[in-house]
Amino acid sequence: MIIRRPDDIPSSAITPEPTYVNRRAFIGRAAAGVAGLALAPSGLKALERSGGSLGSLGSLGGPQQVKYEDLESELGEKVNSYKEITTYNNFYEFGTGKSDPSENSGDFQPRPWTVAVEGHCNNPGSYQLEDFLAPHRLEDRVYRMRCVEAWSMVVPWRGFPLADLVKRADPTGDAKFVEFTTIIRPSQMPGQRTGVLQWPYIEGLRLDEATNPLTLLVTGVYGKDLPNQNGAPLRLITPWKYGFKGIKSIVRIRFLEEMPKNTWWVTNPREYGFYANVNPQVDHPRWSQARERRIGEFRRRETLMFNGYAEQVAHMYAGMDLARWI
Amino acid sequence: MDTKRVVLGLKVVLWLGALAPFAWMVAGFFLDWLGVNPIEKLTHVSGMTTLVLLLVTLAVTPARRLTGWNPVIQLRRPLGLFAFFYAFLHFSVWMVLDLGFDLQWVAEDIAERPYITVGFTAFVLLIPLAVTSTRGWIRRLRKRWTRLHALVYVSTALGCIHYYWLVKSDVRLPLLLAGIYVALMGVRAARWLERRIRATATAG
Repeated sequence: MIIRRPDDIPSSAITPEPTYVNRRAFIGRAAAGVAGLALAPSGLKALERSGGSLGSLGSLGGPQQVKYEDLESELGEKVNSYKEITTYNNFYEFGTGKSDPSENSGDFQPRPWTVAVEGHCNNPGSYQLEDFLAPHRLEDRVYRMRCVEAWSMVVPWRGFPLADLVKRADPTGDAKFVEFTTIIRPSQMPGQRTGVLQWPYIEGLRLDEATNPLTLLVTGVYGKDLPNQNGAPLRLITPWKYGFKGIKSIVRIRFLEEMPKNTWWVTNPREYGFYANVNPQVDHPRWSQARERRIGEFRRRETLMFNGYAEQVAHMYAGMDLARWI
Repeated sequence: MDTKRVVLGLKVVLWLGALAPFAWMVAGFFLDWLGVNPIEKLTHVSGMTTLVLLLVTLAVTPARRLTGWNPVIQLRRPLGLFAFFYAFLHFSVWMVLDLGFDLQWVAEDIAERPYITVGFTAFVLLIPLAVTSTRGWIRRLRKRWTRLHALVYVSTALGCIHYYWLVKSDVRLPLLLAGIYVALMGVRAARWLERRIRATATAG
């Protein structure tokens, strides 16, 4: 068993022992060859479970399948239900209502799927999704998800670190940013037949953000392949940023010298920036970001700086005026 | 068919139609069809119903002039009062369920968030109109009653702005409702202009 521990996590950030022991018991139940890792201050906030191949986690667990709902005890925060995660979505390609994506994405075909890796890198290429994923070991990680609209969830994603892909693509010295592009397919994406946003949806990260250990390329949730409404078959997750950075149904990843012009920034630069880091001290021009409604809870809770991942990401923004670089 | 029966029929339709969203919300609350963020759903449905009912209320007078059928005016008060009922519900859901009756936060939101400032103002402006909607107040206020109730124009305009300001990017529906408001006010402006011109002509 390997416990990986990124250098930037101080020992104080590691899980307290009771939780740790519990997790051991849990992991022992779930599978052999599984690694757990605490990734946040004040107890265990993110769980990493390395899980072998594309198969479901059930196959790892043998007769005792992993119950994702049970991850509550390890996280200290309740994992949202599969229903909550898959019926309350922002995915404007399928409509602007929260239930539109789950209701309108039934016709979307996430296979076959091609992903292009382009731009300033030594190993560009265009891959069938299966080939694109083949070199990577998928793992389950439980992350908070904080939407810019002031609601949040806790989601057990399945994916692999974007850093691994970046390493494989081998960016050249000119590469300063990574740009992601969503597929354009208006025949299966009714929202793309309207002008509510500019299509295709574009997102981007600075190269150091892309290679941060927290950043994931995600293919599944709750141990299953991503449903269409959650961004099948491939999406981005950056848990310390507002949810709109988590671009869905990705077909192109491009290494750029210039900062990509992400869709919401283009739509309304006064309200949405490139960085979109979760920050309770910098309000959206129209609403407070100080608190959030966790889906399934009644009272709002305080929003945490960088969504609770400050120890892993704050160093990347040292010296930056976060009120200006929204 | 006599007028009384037609008006009665229309009132039945009005009550059923106006109570339908409330029934939907109550049933949805117990039968769990409000989705995974029920507070947000209740806020949206009550807010949308308020705005639609205000616009229907504002359509009564133009409809009366257009058709020449005066009894339709009897629908105006119940429509306006239902609009106020939903505005009150919308406000209550926001203050009690969404903000958990945290008055400091309520005050902060009203002061600092322009879309809440205008929404709150729109609601407050409706209160005196609901209070003075009775026969007694109409009699007591006479001409001033008409002037006071012109506040509904301001309140509805603020309601349209409130809705337009709160959406993230899809402004189609807010614009449609604002367009209906502008059209309804345009009818009134045209009539006012016409009367002025006629008055000037007579005076000249």
